[in-house]
Amino acid sequence: MTEEPIHLETDVLVVGAGGAGMYAAIAAARNGANVLLLDKSLIGRGGATIMAQMTVAVAVGEQTPDHWTHHLADTLNAGRGLCDEELAAILCREGPERIREMDEWRVGWTREDGHMKQVMAPGHEIPRCVFVDFLNTGPAVAKTLRTRVARTDGITKISNLSVTDLVVEDGRVRGAVAFDLNGGRAVTIAAGAVVLAAGGLTRLYQRNSASVNMGGESYALALRAGADLIDMEFVQFFPIGHLAPRLVGMDPIMWDPFRYKLGGRLLNGNQEEFIEKYGASDSGTYTAPRDVTSYAIFKEVEAGRASPNGGAYLSFTHLDEATLREAFGPVINRLACNGIDLTKRPIEVAPIAHYHMGGIRVTPEMATTVPGLYASGEAVGGANGANRLSGNAITEALVFGERAGHFAAQAATNKVWNSSWADDAVGDIETMAPDSGNAPTFGELFGELQNLMWQKVGLLRTGEKLEQALSRIREMQAQDLPRMRPQNKGPFALGVQEWFDLRAALATAETIALTALNRTESRGAHQREDLPDTEESQTHNQCVRLSGGTLTLESVPVRRTEFEKVALGATE
Amino acid sequence: MKTAPISIQRGGGDTPDRTESFEVPYSEGMSVLDALIWIRNNADPSLAFRYSCINANACKECVLKVDGKTDYACTARLDEQGVTIGPLTNKTLIRDLVVDTLPPKERLDSLGR
Repeated sequence: MTEEPIHLETDVLVVGAGGAGMYAAIAAARNGANVLLLDKSLIGRGGATIMAQMTVAVAVGEQTPDHWTHHLADTLNAGRGLCDEELAAILCREGPERIREMDEWRVGWTREDGHMKQVMAPGHEIPRCVFVDFLNTGPAVAKTLRTRVARTDGITKISNLSVTDLVVEDGRVRGAVAFDLNGGRAVTIAAGAVVLAAGGLTRLYQRNSASVNMGGESYALALRAGADLIDMEFVQFFPIGHLAPRLVGMDPIMWDPFRYKLGGRLLNGNQEEFIEKYGASDSGTYTAPRDVTSYAIFKEVEAGRASPNGGAYLSFTHLDEATLREAFGPVINRLACNGIDLTKRPIEVAPIAHYHMGGIRVTPEMATTVPGLYASGEAVGGANGANRLSGNAITEALVFGERAGHFAAQAATNKVWNSSWADDAVGDIETMAPDSGNAPTFGELFGELQNLMWQKVGLLRTGEKLEQALSRIREMQAQDLPRMRPQNKGPFALGVQEWFDLRAALATAETIALTALNRTESRGAHQREDLPDTEESQTHNQCVRLSGGTLTLESVPVRRTEFEKVALGATE
Repeated sequence: MKTAPISIQRGGGDTPDRTESFEVPYSEGMSVLDALIWIRNNADPSLAFRYSCINANACKECVLKVDGKTDYACTARLDEQGVTIGPLTNKTLIRDLVVDTLPPKERLDSLGR
């Protein structure tokens, strides 16, 4: 017997409660909407925002004169010709407003001499990145937004509720079907508009800096609803993710802020600097672009010059204890608990899947190609082109979150609902394994997918590897996924959740492999060993959509915008 | 291969209260959460526990009892002697290591619809 799903109604449904989702909820409520804010994990504690440790790029010009057009120029330069320039311009232009609003909400941006302290980061022309000490940017942003959400009338929050499908009828999104993990039951939601803010996809890769809710769900939900995705081939690999010794209680991208503040030297297994061989330099300065550094480390490893655990050394041994403590205070003690003394020996680092440039295709109002459906944060594709400028992710979460909430509230229609629209999706939640036989487990299949993506759809790609990956991903969708149905239900039956996790991961993985195969050049984060050159003729974006159960690709011209860099130094 | 014995207090939902033991492959520096994830993936996919950020100690979801003391699974280190893991005892048990830790204003049940 199946129980009747619980039914909820709202003006604006926000799926995902990281930085982008919480800002969207606040903005939608400020624009008069009743909001339902959901998270698969806990409100404001899951997702990527809370894990960010340092920089937020924004042209507030407090450290040194700046203007958003300069931030835009750096963003476009990093994006290797493929940024949606309108989205990038919005990110840079509205960034200062959001950062100052967060300041009013007492996020506690680190200050120096009475102004926000801004530091240099790779790819930036001038010191532009604000942060919260020590390694506390993400937690501070998340906490501030949680407090604002709590103080904003009209927002209802539900944790441990994950959307499994959107409901689209008569050419418009009408709501969603969700799985309540604690109760082990289906929930239906009628909504006047929906904002997808469920983050990125880095969990699809074996080495990642993801939490469990960064498994491509935003993209899979959008795809199944009929929306376009864009730039799915561009996955950013953060070059110096922690590799060894084993470190617990800290995000693996934590060496980024160390390099911002202290420089540090990147060395191969023979203790030699190597970045210069790949056309960049950054000894002690940390200025080489992320895609170049990741590529260089992979190539050194391939050439047999890896550190003992298969990466590169990062050395701060030229610094003394007092310098380290001044820069990172209590963090040095946390490192000591992990047996790490930076004055004595280098640690090992290696590239790690970190961020997704691609995502849901949106207008400047954050509207997807499905009426009533909006997207925000990392779920959005386009603003960062083929390679994201460091520091743009939190800015994007806040700016796009605010816009998505604001425009979704304005566009929310009357709620129209017919429970039969949800029958298929509710049925999916209630489908159990036909028997307890030898079906593959989630652990086996997800592990295989992560390995496949890392080996064949990772940083160094070839047509052959991509074809193999695509073929196996499709086989897993057709053969393995139907057999892996959960074997038990009831409260906190993770098996139900995991079936949807795998379905979303495979759908998203297929779009990455397909678009990567179809981009017959190397550019930014997409490096084809069989096609190493950047082709001017491929300066376009690829869109992918699901029609009739099959993915179709379309090349579209890059959206350009006219702007001129405003001269700096003049008083306004 | 070195292993570590992990005892887990289980129950809740429709399952009986019991203690189950697993031998988990051990490598130096591994966390209690690493062991729990290994058990779910390789030994018993029905084991329930909460976690989100995996290793960063950012989400704070993985709080439980390690050898009777409240700790985070992601930062509690394992050694070859192994550990006994149980759910928090001051909250309602949902299943296995999962208790009702949701803030009151984030619950589906609290909507009263």
